[in-house]
Amino acid sequence: MTQGANDDTTGLDGAVSDLLLRTGRYFTRSEVGDHLRTVHKRGGRGGDVFYRDRWSHDKVVRSTHGVNCTGSCSWKVYVKDGIITWESQETDYPSVGPDRPEYEPRGCPRGAAFSWYTYSPTRVRYPYARGVLVEMFREAKARLGDPVDAWSDIQADPERRRRYQKARGKGGLIRIRWEEAVEMIAAAHVHAIKTYGPDRVAGFSPIPAMSMVSHAAGARFIELIGGAMTSFYDWYADLPVASPQVFGDQTDVPESGDWWDASYLVMWGSNVPVTRTPDAHWMAEARYRGTKVIAVSPDYADNTKFADEWLPAQPGTDGALGMAMGHVILREFFVERQVPAFSDYVRQYTDLPFLVTLTERDGAYVPGKFVTAADLAADDAREPGEGDEWKTVVLDEHTGTPVVPNGSIGFRHTESGIGRWNLDLDDVQPRLTLHAEPDSTGVELLLPRFDEPTGPTVLRRGVPARRLGERLVTTVFDLMLAQYGVARDGLPGEWPTGYNDPTHPYTPAWQEEITSVKAETAARIAREFAQNAEESGGRSMVIMGAGICQWFHGDTTYRSILALLMLTGCMGRNGGGWAHYVGQEKCRPFTGWATLAMGLDWSRPPRQMIGTAYWYTHTDQWRYDGYQANALASPLATGHFDQMHTADVVAQSARMGWMPSYPQFDRSPLDLVDEAEAAGVDPKEHVVQQLRSGQLGYACEDPDAPENWPRVLTVWRANLLGSSSKGNEYFLRHLLGTDANLRASQTPEDRRPRDVTWRAEAPEGKLDLLLSMDFRMTSTTLLSDVVLPAATWYEKHDLSTTDMHPYIHAFTPAIDPPWETRSDFDTFSGIARAFSALAAKHLGVRKDLVATALQHDTPGEVAQPGGLVRDWRRDDVDPVPGRSMWGLAVVERDYAAIAEKMATLGPLVDSLGTTTKAVTIKPDREVSELAALGGVMNAPGSPADGRPALDTDIKMASAILALSGTTNGRLATEGFRVLEKRVGRPLHHLAEGAEEKRITFPDTQARPVPVITSPEWSGSETGGRRYAPFTVNVEELKPWHTLTGRMHFFLDHDWMSDLGETLPVFRPPLDMTALFDEPALGDGSGTGVTDLTVRYLTPHSKWSIHSEYQDNLLMLSLSRGGPTMWMSPADAARIDVSDNDWVEAVNRNGVVVCRAIVSHRMPAGTVYVHHAQERTIDVPLTETTGKRGGIHNSLTRLLVKPTHLIGGYAQLSFAFNYLGPTGNQRDEITVVRRRSQEVTY
Amino acid sequence: MVMNLDKCIGCHTCSVTCKQAWTNRPGTEYVWFNNVETRPGQGYPRTYQDQERWLGGWERTKRGRLRLKGGGRLRKLFSIFSNPKMPSIQDYYEPWTYDYETLINAPLSDQMPVAQPRSLISGDPMKIEWSANWDDNLAGGPDLIADDPILKKISDEVKLEFEQTFMFYLPRICEHCINPSCVASCPSGAMYKRSEDGIVLVDQDRCRGWRMCVSGCPYKKVYFNHRTGKAEKCTLCYPRIEVGLPTVCSETCVGRLRYLGLVLYDADGVLEAASVEDPKDLYEAQLDIMLDPHDPAVVEAARRDGIAEDWISAAQRSPVYKLAKDYRVALPLHPEYRTMPMVWYIPPLSPVVDRIRDTGHDAEDAGNLFGAIEALRIPIEYLAELFTAGDPAPVDAVLRKLAAMRSYMRDVNLGRDTRPEIPAGVGMTEESLHAMYRLLAIAKYEDRY
Repeated sequence: MTQGANDDTTGLDGAVSDLLLRTGRYFTRSEVGDHLRTVHKRGGRGGDVFYRDRWSHDKVVRSTHGVNCTGSCSWKVYVKDGIITWESQETDYPSVGPDRPEYEPRGCPRGAAFSWYTYSPTRVRYPYARGVLVEMFREAKARLGDPVDAWSDIQADPERRRRYQKARGKGGLIRIRWEEAVEMIAAAHVHAIKTYGPDRVAGFSPIPAMSMVSHAAGARFIELIGGAMTSFYDWYADLPVASPQVFGDQTDVPESGDWWDASYLVMWGSNVPVTRTPDAHWMAEARYRGTKVIAVSPDYADNTKFADEWLPAQPGTDGALGMAMGHVILREFFVERQVPAFSDYVRQYTDLPFLVTLTERDGAYVPGKFVTAADLAADDAREPGEGDEWKTVVLDEHTGTPVVPNGSIGFRHTESGIGRWNLDLDDVQPRLTLHAEPDSTGVELLLPRFDEPTGPTVLRRGVPARRLGERLVTTVFDLMLAQYGVARDGLPGEWPTGYNDPTHPYTPAWQEEITSVKAETAARIAREFAQNAEESGGRSMVIMGAGICQWFHGDTTYRSILALLMLTGCMGRNGGGWAHYVGQEKCRPFTGWATLAMGLDWSRPPRQMIGTAYWYTHTDQWRYDGYQANALASPLATGHFDQMHTADVVAQSARMGWMPSYPQFDRSPLDLVDEAEAAGVDPKEHVVQQLRSGQLGYACEDPDAPENWPRVLTVWRANLLGSSSKGNEYFLRHLLGTDANLRASQTPEDRRPRDVTWRAEAPEGKLDLLLSMDFRMTSTTLLSDVVLPAATWYEKHDLSTTDMHPYIHAFTPAIDPPWETRSDFDTFSGIARAFSALAAKHLGVRKDLVATALQHDTPGEVAQPGGLVRDWRRDDVDPVPGRSMWGLAVVERDYAAIAEKMATLGPLVDSLGTTTKAVTIKPDREVSELAALGGVMNAPGSPADGRPALDTDIKMASAILALSGTTNGRLATEGFRVLEKRVGRPLHHLAEGAEEKRITFPDTQARPVPVITSPEWSGSETGGRRYAPFTVNVEELKPWHTLTGRMHFFLDHDWMSDLGETLPVFRPPLDMTALFDEPALGDGSGTGVTDLTVRYLTPHSKWSIHSEYQDNLLMLSLSRGGPTMWMSPADAARIDVSDNDWVEAVNRNGVVVCRAIVSHRMPAGTVYVHHAQERTIDVPLTETTGKRGGIHNSLTRLLVKPTHLIGGYAQLSFAFNYLGPTGNQRDEITVVRRRSQEVTY
Repeated sequence: MVMNLDKCIGCHTCSVTCKQAWTNRPGTEYVWFNNVETRPGQGYPRTYQDQERWLGGWERTKRGRLRLKGGGRLRKLFSIFSNPKMPSIQDYYEPWTYDYETLINAPLSDQMPVAQPRSLISGDPMKIEWSANWDDNLAGGPDLIADDPILKKISDEVKLEFEQTFMFYLPRICEHCINPSCVASCPSGAMYKRSEDGIVLVDQDRCRGWRMCVSGCPYKKVYFNHRTGKAEKCTLCYPRIEVGLPTVCSETCVGRLRYLGLVLYDADGVLEAASVEDPKDLYEAQLDIMLDPHDPAVVEAARRDGIAEDWISAAQRSPVYKLAKDYRVALPLHPEYRTMPMVWYIPPLSPVVDRIRDTGHDAEDAGNLFGAIEALRIPIEYLAELFTAGDPAPVDAVLRKLAAMRSYMRDVNLGRDTRPEIPAGVGMTEESLHAMYRLLAIAKYEDRY
């Protein structure tokens, strides 16, 4: 085969060059190959040294990234000469089995760019504070001598107070000493507690799973002093409210390794390659197993590339597609043909067979309440038994008689329910439908529909019903068929003629007009989905995310999709069910983290606040609502929201004890106890009496009164004002009191609150102190009064978990915190010490009246039977703490001992134990082991004397691991033993064999460690299987934490009914033109300027994790180098915009300036401004206001959905980050126009 | 190296880890040894694939000899001081940074501080108008993408399909060609291909900064460090390879799509293979010089040439050989450049069944999924221009294999009887299809590298 270089047919160039090259051979020491194309070298490799040097390093340290992405990826951090050089992924995750892909190498480009921050010019190296404030403080302190007196002096002077508030965000930060910074911070806290009460102090720090110690360190300080931690999951609108509604669970989802088990995979509003980058390979690889992959997305999203089919549903219309798919599945798999696997499943695990009372309305009927055992007792003129109001009823197929099956919530908190809280049906076969039963008749049923542009109307359908005592009843299943428009013989009402009937909800043809997805496609996908579930035993999965969750009506969209999964028996199966991925990070060692973060070892209960209501109230967004609360109500509503403003709804929810609200009352909770003790009455009675007499008011009923403002806010591990603050400009104006681009007008007089006080002047500048900690400059640090320099994720010890994989692993410092940076743990320890020192003089020991909402997974969830609205202030009901209103408790706060308490594990762990999801265990052994391992505090006279020390971050991490079932097999087994007593079925085998397993902090530093199956979660990992939620419920017959103990299609609460959402339903995006007088979609302004009104969406970015990395030079170099807006060529042409032109987006909430990216992957009529592009990088002044352009959330604002405020009713009860109004932001629209291409900064 | 584009999620982790490890230093700000391009798109540097403009790689003379397209080496010697075929910094992108310090240092004013962009070349404020990855995910739309040199080559019909939107990602490193035109272009003899492992390197001591390698490389994967005045390029992470570690880009690839392996080839056959007349035959010609590591004669010859036993067994385990030659699912990038590139690609299978059904196929029948390969969303013609000098047949064959694997494995997944006719239909056995499935889907670390 060899041919010579001089061969005529092959060869190089010609003779002359050959000659020259041959000559060249004599000038090189190397040997030239025959073809003269290669130069061979022998011996040393002098020229290679450079790269060999560059590669060399001194050590590699395992750490991870504490960012809100759910990645929890283990990384190798390379260090040379004490300098962090770069990072690459660890690949040593324990194997998931021989026939599956592995988790290695988890990571993404953002994480790979992290080390850039370590030495970047935006690194916060020292403590900073606003110069004007520092001058005031120094002056006052020099004059008065005492830091607290100095701070109080400034706060008492409106002129000085406004002066530093108005300077917020406008530069002028100066470097100060740590001691001075901490003294100011401590003084501000002491002042606020002393003057207004501890519930005027708040902390914001999200997602503990991404760095548990850092979160717990700060939250512990806030909670121990009596401050409120504000929630994040609901505030981020990442909480799918459908999850508590349907499952009674905050969110529990499969690890990404379980996607591999699916055989039908729908990605619905979840752009997996971008938002679950390290997990995306499972989706790509599952296709090779023959898994069919569907993408539902309005644009040609990154994941569409992998999809067998793409359903480009119009933004916000996904619920219509879900309902139509449900229509097909109900018709083809429940009516035309019965699939035993499906009907058996829904009988046992869902509320479909449960009986519902029909209520007469206008000659027809509407769905009423679940029939309960108390109803049966009443029919028989019996006294109701224990918990009977909470026991739901089915009809037995065999006998036709009503039966009260085990497992409903009436068995959960009662003596008589012990051993009976389970899903074991024994011989009972619950009847699904009353159709064609001899004793049933068809009656007309009224149902609301919301899809018509003219407004909601009423559907007339029919259900089979029978008498049960006096009442007419039907089943949830029959209601579902009526709702979905699945006709059956002999029923009254108007029904669609078939799939092609576009006039009646919820047919495939009906949805086509709304979503643009072809009717035939929708029907076929639904059929395939169900067929696959039937053939595979429930292995159809829906990966769902922010694209469909973060809408005002995201919960209804979710319920329409969850219905598909429940009907086809996919929930609680490996490879099947829902896979909700947005912000859902799972803090696997939940109990240990919660105990420490909430300070439960020292005092209970903690103050936990629903974030959305907090910001809605305190940023005065409520003053700009354009509509009343009943604007969104069902045409069949009974008037619960009439004449109410949403602020009234928030206040009513608080009054009825449903949701928490802080500040609590219009008076200091410390003073309330003092008053009661002075008067010699019980403080709780004092409060009730004062409320009843009207001498005491709720703070949320007059939120603009100065005594009801939040006063001190600490933000860490977060960028509230550059990222999550829906209504950013409202925050700036009202909470902070600085300049804003806000353009909205306030609520007109006729739509103002009924109950909540409207003050003529909206306050500006509520906060005394905004404190933040970060390692980089963000919008939040720029707006803060004091900024503390934080250690990065490569400079501290901590723990990380996620629900995307089953491992727990560590942060480990590659270098010590450089310059004057400190870990969050050390920072809060320092603040606590300074605080305690000042508190000894100014506060001492006080008693704090803590008010808390009726809580899920506690007896509080069975406080208000029937799901009724009974407001003690308006209705005939007494304010009874813990029943018709908040629970009240008196907590002693030894303010001088806060630092010592923080640094030790308190005694309540031993005496009261730890409680998670109503499972209480006493980790006494663990407490003594921690004491032996980490030592005890030696502080004679202090309450902390002799308690196990938590004085380092490693000790705190060790305590988290020791106190949780997921990381301590003894506690997991113990927990299951406690739970099985209530359930009455064996459960401890799930953790059996793991009793001896203890995951220690060094274990997590050595390698990611798989966690242990624990009652803290709903899935089983026993035997090394992949985690899927609710497998314990399905396999062990352990109930869901809901009213019926089953998964719910039907929600019978008064407020659900008034909003028309008792059943899955389609609700379109909010009409911002109707609600806020915004221009209509597609409109120009008509002023001659070329502009266009478009839907404004803020999906997650490829180049950042929220605001993190959006300022990172590597990410900016790989993208467009600054803020952008994606738009379709058609929209761009209409407003004369070319790619990379500067554009300005304006609506009532604010102004955004950025550059256009024109791309045909975008649908017309919708623009994307990716989350979270803040104002720190390349944002010019706006044409509209002449001020700095806003962040992506400058165009959004909070819209509170009343049903999210329901409480005190089974699964619809408050728990922190479990239930609360979402900070949804996707229904917004904006005007976009090309602006002057000359920009100034 | 083989990259399975079907699994590429376009995340650019490879680019970032590579840049952090190798080129985040003065003079190489604009340099990405590894980059990822969205196709269709212009690429990095812009339109580098347009060899009528950049004249990279080799061309075949009428006499059948290979000549550097940029001019014979003699001409190169004479034009050494002016090189019009050298991409300018604007063709890559003008690197920049920001006034980050302002965020910390800004004095009290009436506006919030902001970090403005500033050129890393001139130090002046700038409006950013191109970046390392400007047209990522079809950014810029039809206007920018119209300049994609590949799109220009293909038929109007395919261009119409383009209106329906398709995209995929193309990660690129140096091809470490068997017949490297960069090496041949270097007047200083500073570039060399290591005989033991084929890595193409620039000797930093000998490089005189002529930059002929930059213009000679048709993939534009040699860069000029404007600080040191020397050429630099992907080193295939030889300091890692030498100690048994995969390259940074491979190990950090989150899509798990990169395979590294050893291939024995017939060095004496290289020139002939690179010189076949029809560019469409270059793919087969290059396959032909890859030697079967299980062939006793090859093993014997290798031992004779002093190749160590562990290298021979590495060649026998090589996933690259399996994917390129056994399963024939990997294809070379632009074989028509005649450089014999050694980074091969499995083309992306991009269904979206809407289109398949429109062709009259029943998408519900898994058996028909690969009956409609020609109707996949990404036009085969486009892929063929990338991988097979325009010949759609090899691309079609690869996609059929991938589709067959999916259909076959679906039966396994659902516990049905398997259908041997599926692998048979694409020239494979059940065993080989299953083995390929394991390599592509399970893809354990030790099987990838």
